[in-house]
Amino acid sequence: MSSNDSRRRFLQLGLAAGSSALCARFAFAAPAAGDARFVFIILRGALDGLAAVPPYADPDYPRLREQLAIGAPGTADGALALDGHFGLNPGLSFVHEAYESHEALVFHALATPYRERSHFDGQDVLESGLVLPHASQVGWLNRTAAALPPGAVHGAELGVALGQNVPLVLRGPAPIASWSPSKLPDIDDDTLQRIADRYASDPILSQRLGQALATDRMAAESSDMSSMQPSSAMPRPGAARYIETVQTAASFLKREDGPAVAVFDTTGWDTHFNEGGAQGQLTQRLAALDAALRALKDSLGATWQRTAVLIATEFGRTAAANGTRGTDHGTATAALLLGGAVRGGRVICDWPGLSARALYEGRDLKPTLDMRSVIKSVLRDHLNISPRKLDAEVFPDNAQPYLADLIRA
Amino acid sequence: MTVEVAAAIAANRFGLGARPGDLATIGTDPRGWLRTQLTVQPLLAADGLQSTAQILSGAEPIVQARRQARRARADAAAADSPAAADLAKRLPQYLRPIYLSESRARLQAALRSDRPFAERLVYFWSNHFAVSVDKIAVLGIAGSFEREAIRPHVMGRFHDLLMAVETHPAMLLYLDNQQSIGADSMVARRAANRGRTVGLNENLAREILELHTLGVDGGYTQADVTSFAKVLTGWSIGGGEGRLAGGAVGTFLFRPEVHEPGAQTVVRRRYAEEDQAQGLATLADLAIAPATANHVATKLARHFISDDPPAAAIARIAQVFERTHGDLPAVYAAVIDSPEAWDGASPKFKSPQDYVLSLGRGLSLPPESEPRILSAFDLLGQRPFSPGSPAGWPDRSSDWDGASALMKRIELSDSVAQKLGDRRDAQQLAPEILGDSLTAATRQSVARAASPAQALALLLTSPEFLRR
Repeated sequence: MSSNDSRRRFLQLGLAAGSSALCARFAFAAPAAGDARFVFIILRGALDGLAAVPPYADPDYPRLREQLAIGAPGTADGALALDGHFGLNPGLSFVHEAYESHEALVFHALATPYRERSHFDGQDVLESGLVLPHASQVGWLNRTAAALPPGAVHGAELGVALGQNVPLVLRGPAPIASWSPSKLPDIDDDTLQRIADRYASDPILSQRLGQALATDRMAAESSDMSSMQPSSAMPRPGAARYIETVQTAASFLKREDGPAVAVFDTTGWDTHFNEGGAQGQLTQRLAALDAALRALKDSLGATWQRTAVLIATEFGRTAAANGTRGTDHGTATAALLLGGAVRGGRVICDWPGLSARALYEGRDLKPTLDMRSVIKSVLRDHLNISPRKLDAEVFPDNAQPYLADLIRA
Repeated sequence: MTVEVAAAIAANRFGLGARPGDLATIGTDPRGWLRTQLTVQPLLAADGLQSTAQILSGAEPIVQARRQARRARADAAAADSPAAADLAKRLPQYLRPIYLSESRARLQAALRSDRPFAERLVYFWSNHFAVSVDKIAVLGIAGSFEREAIRPHVMGRFHDLLMAVETHPAMLLYLDNQQSIGADSMVARRAANRGRTVGLNENLAREILELHTLGVDGGYTQADVTSFAKVLTGWSIGGGEGRLAGGAVGTFLFRPEVHEPGAQTVVRRRYAEEDQAQGLATLADLAIAPATANHVATKLARHFISDDPPAAAIARIAQVFERTHGDLPAVYAAVIDSPEAWDGASPKFKSPQDYVLSLGRGLSLPPESEPRILSAFDLLGQRPFSPGSPAGWPDRSSDWDGASALMKRIELSDSVAQKLGDRRDAQQLAPEILGDSLTAATRQSVARAASPAQALALLLTSPEFLRR
């Protein structure tokens, strides 16, 4: 965002004169001070839960994983200790700190209801929140917007997608902004006003333009306030591109008139070949994600205390290593929930084991926990959505139980 | 619908965007104009471009040097030495200029083509059989893959296109098949004697079934994926990128020593052929399966008709595919003959690629602006040859019409308009590139602009120019 931001000027003029419909219509809602913030991070490509959260104490784990196995805490390149049975991948040092300070929960052996092995259908189910792929063009987080308690949001943007476009999880009738850094010069007020006038008769374009202006205004104001604090995260390969994104996300979420929800997606988790063990490719990617999470906490400042970040993927990978030092598409996997609002310090799972008999279809970690149980419990306790609405509107196909105590009272 | 609207649809929806004069050329027979493009393979003049075998041969010394360095490191544990870091950079340093030349050649073809429908079909198939340069093994050869495996078969049979794709080094490397080894193959048994396990990688087999042929609901199971992966063991390439030595560098090579012996059942059919013939027979059946016809028809209809195309249109296109055993020009003719493609009722939001190409063609941008056009793909979120997943770029309006995405198009248009200043007359250009799809509102907004540059920006950001 350039400092002499003409677009912002345009908006301010418009607001002052009360003449620009755009500004009034697309200002973000102002939730009450202290409202909860929720960040959803999608790991596209199927994260290997057995490498992110290695069950090092399971007797079958080293046999199945061979050279990909990550050893017990305290051994060379060993896992970061959690509860004596599971550890964290050595790349996840910030998550580990958060776990130790009771701000991170680890879920294992969980899956969406999807039981095939297509990335694209798996992601569709993860984001739509329904049972079958391609059943809807509306995501569960967009339906959450419609279910928010009265007074929280008044028809303005509930959420922001950190990217040029909006992923399915946020798509739907409730308006959602998107933001990504721009290297192009800003456009002058008069031309922008004429474009806005031309879009007045085009519902989609006028809505999108209004959203973009409101979001850019927030980003510009945030940079004015010099709220981008230097992150204590160590620069890591691949981390730099995440850092600007999470810092901007933080600047939106910190504002009392900002969106309550942010989503961003990451790719590169499809580790068929040469996945590596404690120092391998996947560990490097996890370390980049970990650095981004650390930067998010640093940038959020006090807002971290009312934030919960859920990190999820479409499905897991085979229990055994494949023939090419990687893993193929599987079923159950791990997920992480962290933030100051999280009642952390536990691994939540009903571990099915990795014996030949215990594996799903003889090859994958068996799911014992439904992803929707985790999501809707967070939405209930963190965003205050009523269970009636959650079960009727947000996850209509789901009779799975709620989990207690994920969020601090 | 008037003839002029039909011409605009032919140029902008089926083609890559009208250049000044194109609508006059199309005239009163837009369907005929499209059909004449189905008779010639859309080859690319490969001046200065190398074949996949040449490119991979050039990379071979670097690949071998890295391999030797890795072996030496295993002894000396010198992974962080400056020499190792230097070696790691050499491969991208060699491959990136090749990637840029290929991207530029492809861009030139799109900007200058008189057969833009055929050229759009190249992009369609390249995306259907997606490889992505964010995997470095593909960085140098995504362009040659398109020239060698896609372009010569766009106006041929789907079977031949499929065979060319699945035997091309780019696809084999992208989906790891050169790594996959049958558990009972000679190589696996030898490894077992030394206490090492090697085995299958099912990546290519799964994506052929799910993305290239039957489609995700095409009636295959996990067992079919595994069997098909066994069928495809041995489909590899010569040289250092293959896991074993031997063969001509950078060309397809069947390696019998890693092939899983024995008959396999794939989607209820038993294949008892030996060696490579087993995979060829399986692919031949997949190429003409009804589920494949339906999958390809659905994707074509989504691309040329609407995000959610009517079932009747899909069925008509699929029937032609089935009846002709995948004769692609006949299938395209069925798309051209679909009345739903011509009603103009549900235009698609252009992808960034569509948008930038139509802008380049509409403004007749000169060759010296090509590097900037290439960077525009990147700015708008669609870097050439980098869909990031084997599913390719998505193809629905909602995948591309985000608020931030729209703002970037507005900023790009404005910056292009500023540069061109008064060297284009937007008022004159508007009907030439939009024909009768130009609305009175846009005509008026362009006419009332405060400057030639602003007029151009208003044309390029108009609702009808953002869609196709």
